[in-house]
Formats: sequence, C-alpha cells, structure tokens
Amino acid sequence: MIQTMLIMMAVGLFAGIAGAILGLGGGIIITPVLTLMMGLDIKYAIGASIIAVIATSSGSTIAYLRDEVLNLRVAMFLEIATTIGGISGALLTGVLNPKYLYLLFGALLVFSGWNMWRKLRRGQEVMTNVKPDRIATKLKLNGSYFDKSEFKRVDYQVEDVPQGFLVMLGAGLASGMLGIGSGAFKVTAMDTFMKMPLKPSSATSNLMMGVTAAASATVYFFNGSILPNIAVPLALGILVGAVIGSRVMQVLPARVIRMIFIPVILFIGLQMLYKGIIGG
Amino acid sequence: MDDQSHQNSATENEMEHIEIIIGRILQIGVIIAAIVMLFGLILLLINGGNGGYPVGHQPTTISSILSGTVALKPYAVMMVGMFCLIMTPVLRVVVSIYAFYKEHDTLYVWITSIVLVILCISFVIGHTV
Repeated sequence: MIQTMLIMMAVGLFAGIAGAILGLGGGIIITPVLTLMMGLDIKYAIGASIIAVIATSSGSTIAYLRDEVLNLRVAMFLEIATTIGGISGALLTGVLNPKYLYLLFGALLVFSGWNMWRKLRRGQEVMTNVKPDRIATKLKLNGSYFDKSEFKRVDYQVEDVPQGFLVMLGAGLASGMLGIGSGAFKVTAMDTFMKMPLKPSSATSNLMMGVTAAASATVYFFNGSILPNIAVPLALGILVGAVIGSRVMQVLPARVIRMIFIPVILFIGLQMLYKGIIGG
Repeated sequence: MDDQSHQNSATENEMEHIEIIIGRILQIGVIIAAIVMLFGLILLLINGGNGGYPVGHQPTTISSILSGTVALKPYAVMMVGMFCLIMTPVLRVVVSIYAFYKEHDTLYVWITSIVLVILCISFVIGHTV
C-alpha cells in the first residue's frame, strides 16, 4: 500500500513538472502508467487523469499569475469556446463518429508540430512587426511578460483571434468527446494560430485546462471513477511538481521548451491518427 | 502613439491587480485542498491502509462523504480534499468576475460571467446525461 502511494507521488511529481512546463494535462504520462504498469481499469485511469489536470493547472497557475506569465484575458475569452465545445462534445457522444475526430485532430497536431519545428529553425520566438489585429486590440488581448531566461520584458501581439477561437471550440469538443488533448490543442491554438510566444501560451493553457476539466471532474467524482487511494497521492505529487515546474519553465529558454514540446505533440498527434485509422 | 502607450500601461496596471487578487485566493484554495488531502492520507496510513469502507468502495454522495468525514474515515476525508481541489478552477472564475468588476472592466465582467454560466450548464448536463 505504501509502495503504491510512493509510486503515485513520484509519477505525480514528474507529471506535474512536465505538465506545468509544457502546458499539457499530463494524461499522456499518467494514463499509460496507471493502465499498463499498475493494471488499473481505464475508467479509474481517466478519473485520476482528470484530477491530475486540475492539480497541474491550479498548482502552476499560482506562480504564473504572480509572475504575470499568463494572459488572463486570452484565457477567459477562449474559455467561452472550450466550455461550449466541451458541452457539445458531451452531447454529441454517440452521434458523431469519434474516428473522424481522431483523424482531424491528429492531423491538426501533426501540422502544428511541423509548424513549431519551422518556428524553431527560424529561431525567432516573438513575431515582430505584426500589424495590430483589430479584434485583439478591441478585446485588449495583447500582452507582455518578463522572460527570466533572457532578462527582458517581451511585448507581444495576438493575431487571428477568430481562427484561434474556432480551434479552441474544436479543442473543447475533442477533449469532451475523446477525453484527451486537454492541453495540447490549447497550446497549439495560441502558439500556432494566434502567434503568441510559447511561454505565455503554455502558462495560459495551464490556467484554462483546469476550468475545462472541472465540469467533467464532478461527474467522475460522484460516479465513483476517482479512487482516493490512487488520485490523492497522485494529486499531492503533482501539486509539488507543478509548483517546481512553473518556476523551472520561466528560466528555461523558449527554444528548449519548444524542443521538448515538438516530439510530445507529434507523438500525441500520430497516436490519434493511428486510432482514427484503425477505427477509434 | 503616446495616447496608446498610456492606455497600454493603464491596462497593465489593472491586470497586475487582478492577477494578484486571483493568485492569492487560488493559493489559499490549493493549500486548503492539499492539507485536507494530506490529512486523509495520513489517516489512511495510521489505519494501515483501511479506508473505512469495504474494499473497492468509497463514499460518493454528499451525505455519505460528510458523515464519513465527521467519523474521520480516511476515504471520506480524502474525497473532501479532492472536492476542494476540483473547486479551485471554479473559484478562479468567480474571483475573476469580482476582480474585473473592481477594476471597472465591464467587457471582461461579461466575458467571465458567460464562462461561469456555461460552466454551470455543463455541471447540470454532466449530471443528467
């Protein structure tokens, strides 16, 4: 019993650090560990993953708010899209064939991975000389953050708001229906489509994914899918990990974060394409 | 240009206030959730891994969680801790509405309120579907 508890705490610590840095929910780490290594039923693994997403989100957001890395307005505005998408996803389960969703969103993530790789090769993190976007200005979405690896304040503009909103709608739909991609799509929408720098994208994704997960979490909580002996040590490990991760992320060069992010996002994308091809 | 940069810095100041308020409240919420979860975990250890319920069972109704907590059953206390954790993002949205209101940012009071309403709808749908 104590052994299981310690394993869960260690897994949580690792998932929390990784999740906070990359802006991902950590489901890709936790679900395989719980199902393959611990032999846990997928139902309980999903329940634990949902708790993991919230713990990563809340644990990292404390530092991201205090150090002003995240963009609260972007988060709140896009949260409208993800929550509507989430409801639609829950209602469309059984109506829409998940096969096509897997194919569509798998392709989106692979595209985004390729796009990030191009950004990495160009070596330019912040787009300069972008003309001010009308909608972004109106919604006061443009922001700035202090980059602790470059020791300077970075001002950035937000572009293509409608496109980002649309991707977020899809992201909410996909994570509502498929139970995956809580963070990957969010980072993608901000970084690839709205041209935000990676650090605020990741931090903002961290804030948003907790809000999106909270709604489904209560359902799992009351139907008994969240096992306390598994989820509690996991959540405690993650909280500590996320607090560490949210500090590490700020001193890491954005290039390094991108280099870790690309293979992860490609892996998730290819996994989804595979699921779509073999029939979901 | 001067006018715009002036407006930008005003927006930034406002944002700073809002983010600090939300950050503080969130921190308190997370700490409470962590303490309750840790307390439950310690109770579980003291009880030698016995959660206070038959193997493979845990309290899932509000009344059973509350009565279990009063009786200091480890699983019940752990469920309370997790429930606090699940509520932290919701708390964040509620406090955001208040913070935007305090800073007279009407547009974002609306946007954040819409998020809260959709969130409430999804709670209801989640429990009926």
